[in-house]
Amino acid sequence: MLRNHPTLRHIAGRGGWYLLTFLVAVTINFFLPRLGDANPVDVIMARAGSALDSKSAREKEDTYLKEFGLVQTDERGNVLRDAAGKPQKTSLPKQFASYLAMSLRGDLGTSILQYPKKVSEIIRTALPWTVALQLPTIVIGWIVGNLLGALAAYKRGVFDKAFYPLALLASAVPAFCFGILLVYLFGIQLEWFPATGGYDDGLIPHLSWSFLSSAGYYYVLPFFSIFLLVVGGQAIGMRSMCIYELGTDYVKYAKLLGISERKILLYMFRNAMLPQLTGLALALGAMVGGALITEMIFSYPGLGMAVLTAIQGNDYPLITGCTLLVTVCVLIANFSVDLLIGFLDPRIRAAQAGGRA
Amino acid sequence: MKLLRGLLKTPSFLVGVTLFAATVLFALAAPLVIRVDTHTRVGLAYMPPSAEHWLGTDHLGIDMVSLLVAGLRSSLHVGFLAGIVATVVGTLIGVYGGYRGGFVDDLLTVGTNLFLVIPSLIVLILLSSSLEEGRSLSLIALIIGCTTWTWSARAVRAQSASLRGREHVNLARINGYGTMGIVIFHILPYLLSYVFMVFILQTATGILSEASISMLGLGPYDSISLGRILNEAIRNEALTDGAWWAFVPAMGLITVIAFALYVINTSMEGVFNPRLRQ
Repeated sequence: MLRNHPTLRHIAGRGGWYLLTFLVAVTINFFLPRLGDANPVDVIMARAGSALDSKSAREKEDTYLKEFGLVQTDERGNVLRDAAGKPQKTSLPKQFASYLAMSLRGDLGTSILQYPKKVSEIIRTALPWTVALQLPTIVIGWIVGNLLGALAAYKRGVFDKAFYPLALLASAVPAFCFGILLVYLFGIQLEWFPATGGYDDGLIPHLSWSFLSSAGYYYVLPFFSIFLLVVGGQAIGMRSMCIYELGTDYVKYAKLLGISERKILLYMFRNAMLPQLTGLALALGAMVGGALITEMIFSYPGLGMAVLTAIQGNDYPLITGCTLLVTVCVLIANFSVDLLIGFLDPRIRAAQAGGRA
Repeated sequence: MKLLRGLLKTPSFLVGVTLFAATVLFALAAPLVIRVDTHTRVGLAYMPPSAEHWLGTDHLGIDMVSLLVAGLRSSLHVGFLAGIVATVVGTLIGVYGGYRGGFVDDLLTVGTNLFLVIPSLIVLILLSSSLEEGRSLSLIALIIGCTTWTWSARAVRAQSASLRGREHVNLARINGYGTMGIVIFHILPYLLSYVFMVFILQTATGILSEASISMLGLGPYDSISLGRILNEAIRNEALTDGAWWAFVPAMGLITVIAFALYVINTSMEGVFNPRLRQ
C-alpha cells in the first residue's frame, strides 16, 4: 500500500523520524538532570539515609525512591533495606528502564512541592492554557507576518523602508522584554488589561460566559507580546525570500508575457511559502521556548508557570515532566507542519513516487 | 576587498557596527571613568534616578549604573563565549559532513536535525537545574554554545555541500590532499564570510539565551548579568512599584545588542548575496 501512495510514504517516513526524536528526547530528559552536582537522585538518596521520625515522611520518601527506580523492591512493592535501614541503590540502566516504562505508561511521577499530587495531574490543568495561548498566536502570527513580508518585498519604497527596520527590531526584542513592557505599560500603569494571571481570582475554570470573557480579557496582553515577535521574525524571512523570487527567471518571463501583477504575486507567494513553512518547522522549538518565558512573566497558568515554580522549588519530577511534555508538543506541531509540506510540495510527492530524487 | 568596501558603503551595516561598538566600548571603558560598585548599598530600595545615581538604585539600594555595567560585561562575555563554541562546533560538523557526504553526512544531519527540533531552552533548563553549585558564568556560556550549535551546522553544511563539486576541490583531491586538508585549506576559506555571519547570529543567540535562562532563576551564581538584573527586578516587585529604572535600561541594552547584531548580519547578507541588492 505504501509503495503506491507517495503521500502516505512521506507520512510514514516522517513519523518514524519523529519517533526517533521522541526517544532521544526521553533519553535526554532522563540523563541530563542526573549529570549535575545537585542532581535529584543524589539529593533523594542522601535524604533516604537519614533517620526519619514520622511515618508519613517515610512513606513520601519511599514514593520517590520507587518512582526514580532507585531501589530494589519486593513483590508487594515494599522498599528493600539492609540491616541499618539504608536502601540499596540500583544501577543506572535499571533506573532508566523503570523510567522508560513509567513514561510510556503516561506516569510522570509525583510532585515534590505539591505532594501527593501526580505530575500528570498538574500538567493536565496547565497544558490547555499553554496550547490555547501559543497555537493561535503562532499560527496567526505566521500568516500575518508572511503577508506583510511579501507585501514589503513587492511594494518596496516607503512602505518597505518603514516596515523593515520595525520588523527587524520586533524580531530582535527578546520575548520576555516585550512581555515585561506590556505588563508595565498596559497592565500596571494604564490598567487597561489585567497584568498577570489567566482569569479572575474568584472564578473556577469551567465553560460559562463569565469565565470565558474573563479569560479572554486576560488573554490580550500575552497574546500580543508573542504575536508581534512572531510577525516580525516571519516577515523578515518572507521579505528576503520574495526578493529572491522576484529576481528569478520565471517572474521576469511572466512580466515579459504581460501577466497581471496580482497573478505573478500569487505564483511568487506560493513558491516563497514552502521554505517559510520549513522555516516554521525549524523555528517552532525556539518560539515555544520564548513563549514559555512570556507565560512566566504574565503568571499565565500554563506550563511556563509550572516550570518556573518547579525550578524554584527543586521539584525535579515536575521539571522533567514539563520539559518532556513541551518537547512532545513541539514534536507534534513539527510533525503537522511536515505533513502539510508533504501535501503542498509537489517535489516531495514526486521524489517519494520515483524513489530517491 | 571589494566586498569590504561595499559593506562600508551600506548604511545599515554602519549603524549596526556603531551601535555594537558603542555598547562594547561602554562595557570596557565605564569602569575606568565611573566607580563601579555592585556590593555597597548606597541608598534605600528603588530610589528614583538622581544626580548622584543616574539610574537610581535596585531593591537592595545598590547603584543601578554599576549593576548595568557589570551586567553588560557578563552578558557580552557569555555571548562571545557561547558564540565561539556554537560556531566552532557547528562549523566543524557542518563543513565536514557537507564535504564528506554519504553515511557520515547522513548521521551528522540526523543528529543535527534531532537537536534542532528539541527546544534548546528545554535542554538548558534540564542541565542548569541540576547544577546548583557550579553554575558559573562561563559554564552557562559553554552549555548555551553546546545547545545552539545546530543552526550553524545546518547552515554551514548546505554551503559546504555546494562547494564539494567545485574544480579547485577536485584538483586538491587529485593532488593527494586528505579529507581534513581539503576541508581546512580548500573549503573553509571560501566559507569564512559565511562563518563570520553565523558567529554574529550565535553571539546574539547566546546573549538572549543567557537572559532567558536567568529569567527562570537559573542564572549564574557568580556574576551579575543583564538577565539576572531583570529577574531580580521582577521577583522584587519593581513592576508594581513603578521602578522602571530597575528593568527598562537592562532590557534596552539587551535589545540594542541583539538589534545591532541582527542588523550587521542582514546587511552582510545583502552584500554577499547580490540578489538581495537591487
